[in-house]
Order: sequence, then C-alpha cells, then structure tokens
Amino acid sequence: MSASAANAAAASVRETRGEWMDRNSGRIMVLPAVIILLAFAIFPLIISTYLSLSRFALAGGSFKLTFIGLYNFRRLLVGAQQYHFLGTLKPLDTAGWIAFAVFLALVLYWLFRFVVREFSVFGLLGRLISASLACGVVLAALATTVTGGYEGTLLTTCFYVLFGVTLQFALGLGLALLCAQPIRARNWFRVVFFVPLMVTPVGVAYMFRMLADMQKGPFAPLSHALGFSEWSWATQAWSARLMVLIGDTWQWTPFMFIVLLAAVENQPREQLEAARMDGAGAWQIFRDITWPSIAPIGATVVLIRLIEAFKIIDMPNVLTAGGPGLATESLTLHSFIAWRTQDLGGSAAVGYLLLFVSTICCVSFFNYVVRWTRRYQ
Amino acid sequence: MSHSPDTRPLLTRLFEPARLDSMAPIPKIATYAALFFWTLVVVFPLYWVLVTSLKVEVDVDSGPFYVPFLDFMPKLDAWDFMLLQNNTLGPYLNSIFVSLTSTLLALLIGALASYALVRIRFQVKLAAVLTFVLLVVGVIVAVAAFDAPWQLAVAVAAALFALALSTFVKRFRAAVGNNDIEFWMISNRIMPPIVAVLPIYVMFQHLHMLDTQFALIATYTGVNLPIVVWLTRDFFAGIPLDLEESAEIDGASKFRVFFTIALPLVRSGLAATFMLVLILTWNEFLLALFLTNANAQTMPVLVAAQNTTRGPQWWYMSVLIVIMIAPVIVIAGFLQKHIARGLLVGAVKG
Repeated sequence: MSASAANAAAASVRETRGEWMDRNSGRIMVLPAVIILLAFAIFPLIISTYLSLSRFALAGGSFKLTFIGLYNFRRLLVGAQQYHFLGTLKPLDTAGWIAFAVFLALVLYWLFRFVVREFSVFGLLGRLISASLACGVVLAALATTVTGGYEGTLLTTCFYVLFGVTLQFALGLGLALLCAQPIRARNWFRVVFFVPLMVTPVGVAYMFRMLADMQKGPFAPLSHALGFSEWSWATQAWSARLMVLIGDTWQWTPFMFIVLLAAVENQPREQLEAARMDGAGAWQIFRDITWPSIAPIGATVVLIRLIEAFKIIDMPNVLTAGGPGLATESLTLHSFIAWRTQDLGGSAAVGYLLLFVSTICCVSFFNYVVRWTRRYQ
Repeated sequence: MSHSPDTRPLLTRLFEPARLDSMAPIPKIATYAALFFWTLVVVFPLYWVLVTSLKVEVDVDSGPFYVPFLDFMPKLDAWDFMLLQNNTLGPYLNSIFVSLTSTLLALLIGALASYALVRIRFQVKLAAVLTFVLLVVGVIVAVAAFDAPWQLAVAVAAALFALALSTFVKRFRAAVGNNDIEFWMISNRIMPPIVAVLPIYVMFQHLHMLDTQFALIATYTGVNLPIVVWLTRDFFAGIPLDLEESAEIDGASKFRVFFTIALPLVRSGLAATFMLVLILTWNEFLLALFLTNANAQTMPVLVAAQNTTRGPQWWYMSVLIVIMIAPVIVIAGFLQKHIARGLLVGAVKG
C-alpha cells in the first residue's frame, strides 16, 4: 500500500514538473539566448562604457582606473587625437564651402519633404540624428580630402564601407544576372564564385600581398614592362586604400552573389515571359520586373554586409599595417592599436564611437531603404 | 515554327534571340566572356597560393614562376615542415573543435529562442528590464570604483531585484513584446567585437579560463547568436501552424514539437545558417587573438603568426591557407543545394 502511494506521489510530482515545464516552455526556450547575450554583449558593453570614461594605468603589477568623464571622447573629437580620428583638418576654401552648402541644401530638402508629407516626432528626431552624422562626415571629408589634409580613421572606415559595399553589391548583382541567363555550366560557376567567402580574411590579405608584390609577384613582369617596377602601391594613401578595398571585395562579392542569384531565379516567371512576348527590351524588363522583385532581398543583404563592413580589421592590418601613415587604418584597427599601447580608455572610446556611427548608419539604412523597398509586401 | 530557317537580317540574328528561352550569339559570347573573366579573378589567386605552397625560398625569391615542372620543380618541403615538424595539428584540431561546437551550440540556442519568439507571446515589464539594467550598472560601478567584493554586490543586487519584482514593477503597464525582444537580440550583432573583447578577456581571466577552448566556444556562441536568430526566425514563421497544433492536441510538449516537427521542416534554412556561421567562426581572427595563446590557438592566428621578423614566409603561409580552405569546401559541397534556398528565405523577410 505504502509503496503504491509513494509511486502515485512521485507520479504527481513528475506530472507537475512536466506541467511546469510546459507552462514555462517559452521562457525556458528563450532563457539560454538571453543569458548568453547578457554575458557576451550587454555586460561587456557596460564595462566598456566605464572604461571609455576612465584612464587606465598600470601600477605595480595591478592596474588602476580613474574616472575622467568625457575626456577620452573630447581628445578624439577636438583634442590631441583629432588628427587620428577625424583627420588633419584644414579650413575650407570657397569651392569646399559651396560643395558643403549643396549637400546641406539636399539634406534640408529631404527633411522638409518628410515634415510636409508624413510628419512624426520620432521620425523627425531619427532623421535629424542621421542628417547631423552625414553632415559631420561630409564636412570632415571636405576639410581633409579637398584641402589636402590627411584623412582620419573615421573617413577611412566610411570609405571602405561605402565604396566596398556598393562595389560588392554591383558586382554580385551583375554576376547573378549573368548566371541566371540560359547558359551551360551554371552550377559550376555558382560553386566557383562562392569559394572566396571561405578563405579566412587574414589569408586573403596575405594572398593579395603575395599577388601585388612588385618584385616577386605574378604580375611583376607586367609592371616591369610598363615601367612600374620602382613604384609601390603601399607607399601612397589612395593606392593602399584601393588595395584593401580590392581584397575586401574579392572576399565578399560571393555573399552578395549567392543571395542575389537566388532572388533573381525566384522572380515571377509569368510576368517575365509575358513581357518578353510583348517585346520588352532587356533594360525595361530589368527595371520594371527584376529590380522591384529583388529589391527587398537586395536591401537586406546590403544591411547584413553593412553591419559586418564596419568591423573591418584583418585586411588593413595584414596588408599595410594601417600605413602609409594612418592612411588605411580602420576604426577597429585604431582601437586595437590604442589597446596595444595600453591606452585602454582611448581604445574603448574609439570602439564606442565606432558603435555609434555603425548603429546610426545601419538603423538609418533599415528605416529609409529596407522599409521603403518592402512597401509593396 | 522555330525550325524554319532564320530569314532575319544578319545583325538582327546576331543580337536578338530566335526564341524566347535562348540567347543570340553576341550576348551569349559576352556573357561567357564575363563569367570566365570572373572565374579567372576567383581562381588565379587560389592557384597562386597552391603553387606557392610547392615552392621553397629560392623559387619565390628569384622571380615569379608560374607553372610547376615547367619553370620550377615543385617540392613538398613546406608541406613537410608545416604538417610534420611544426605544430600545426594542434591549432587545426582546435579550430575544428571550436568552430563545430560553437556553431552547433549557437544554432541550437538561437533556433530555440527564435522559435519561441515566433510561436509564443511574451510580455516583459519594461520596469523590470530598466531595474535590471540599473542594478547591473550599479554592481559594476560598486565593484570597479569602490572596490566592493563582487559576490556581495551581486547578492545585494539579486535581492533588490527580487524585491522590485514583487513590489513596484507590478504597477507599471508598459511592457516589451516579441518584436522588441527580437530586435534587441539581432541588434547585438551591430556591436563591433573590439568593444566587447576587453571585458570578455578580463572576465575569463578572473575565471582562470583564458587560452581554453571553452572560452572561445562560449564567446563565439554569443557573437553569432544574433545572426542565427535573425535568419531562423523567418524559417519558423514560414511553416504552417496546423501541423504543430495537431501535435499539441495529441499531448506533445512544446519541446517535443520543436525537435520533432519544427526543426526537420526548416532543415534547408538551418543548413544555410550553419554554413554561414561556420565560415564566420572558422575564419574569426580578432577574438581568437585576444583570448588564446598557445593551448587554444586557432588557425587564423597561426596564419597571421607566419609574418616573422624575416618577412612573411609565403610558402608556409600558403600551405596553411590551403589546408584551411579544404574542409570548408567539402562541407559547402555537401550543403550546397540548401544554401541558396535557405539564405533566400532568410533574406526575404529579414
């Protein structure tokens, strides 16, 4: 008797535990993810905030953190480290001011249109933040590039992101459209084009250093013949940046290609055939059928790539070590170098500024572009 | 009809297709030319790496040699050194173990979370979230600035949090729902790793776990979780509800439904996500550089370390790059047909 009673009791306990599991199954499913994100994203983020507001000093085997407020940020934006972050700024000439005025007018027109057409307080606030970041970056670019100053790590990173992602999207889309034609060996091309994504970025960087070696690389005879043998891409700011861009593009075009190819192959077939029957040209078909149907996917891939592009470090670190001067140094590399010189506060401040810039850019892109391409869905 | 001889003028015949599903000669040639050009762009650097791995120092230094056997004798010296004499196997096994384990973990935890976020309604009080964040900040400030013992600070904060949950939190209406939680999870990916790496380093230092595989696995799982949630949520949202509902009526628990019905239905998407996350972890450099030293070193760090004071040793580096690409290509070959389809579904609704 007592044994069976114990069994029943055990069964009821087991049952209630099962019921409890079932009732809370949602929480149990989400909890591991939340704990991991708290431990590896939120907790580090808060510690980094604290670091970026303090000065780090080694003191007899241990370290000491002193709270110094916004000093690290001030130093980067207006102080002694401004040349490193923003660049060596020189006063704008008339042409520079005119260019900036034109850009400002465009931004103001964009804001004005938003206020007139679809006003909302949060929308305006968000657009003001995006607009001021854009104006700041453009002003810094004009004050360095046009006036003959030196660009800082912020502009270099923006250059990699803006031109790199655009180039990768254009190439990926072009290849996807070509691969979607009725041709043979399509699968073979698809597999081959995917390969660069699998090479580690450090490896890609070394690979391009090998290829671009002016004395021992495979193109050395060519540069000899053209009289380039004494010239080196690594000694000039823009050629070095271009090299980083080429390596990055070689690596990431496949990602755009593979997703865009799937999107192109997925476009509405009946519309396509009807348009061909009616004698529509290739450009017309692309503009009116293909582009609208792949735009939402395209925008999302660009967003994914945008998020990753801001983190670039391996390529400039290995290819040029950030040189010549600061010319190819990205923000992550800037932060890494500051960390290596034990300026932990400065390193965290650079990281934080990168976080601000990339968050504003990615959220802006999502709100203005990704949402806009999805308006028909 | 299409078999009748083409009577159109020559120029038209060259540029305009005879039938709707074929291509005219000139565009066809242009297409193949462009595709072959890009194939060359992709393959030549890889070929150069493969060839360089068969060279010794003299072959590299005395000018570019292109074809093995024709203009230089291929030698396996670099392969011999890297595979048999140098300690390459250790980092290689580390890389394989770390990336496979962390990818599978991220996939499991991320898929569980995104499935729950798609299928179950959540209501988390905003006041509870804010209290939690404030308490975490408080603990960190107390420990860092006032040298409070961290065990004590955490205990006090936990007690205060429990107190808050049972008292004033209940009075506030405002709550965050599924979309907000999802957005929070995905947005963590925007954070540059350089911001997080130092605190993570200090954390593992305190736990005496620096330079262990566990530290890397845990960190990679955390870093890649947002991508998994982002991609898998749309796969789960895409499967019809009735299958799961009928299983639940039959008495299956949510976990059972998840593992036996939902997961098998989205295997295409899971394969694509697996591949992407695997590539990202396999190639990750920055975090591995911070968190590992000798024991848990991974391949990207080893590759970077070949840049010695004597300049980069191309032949050794090439061997490493080749053996790093090989296993990924094999896995990608197996999963190839799922990848495009899976990524497409993920990106459509993203």
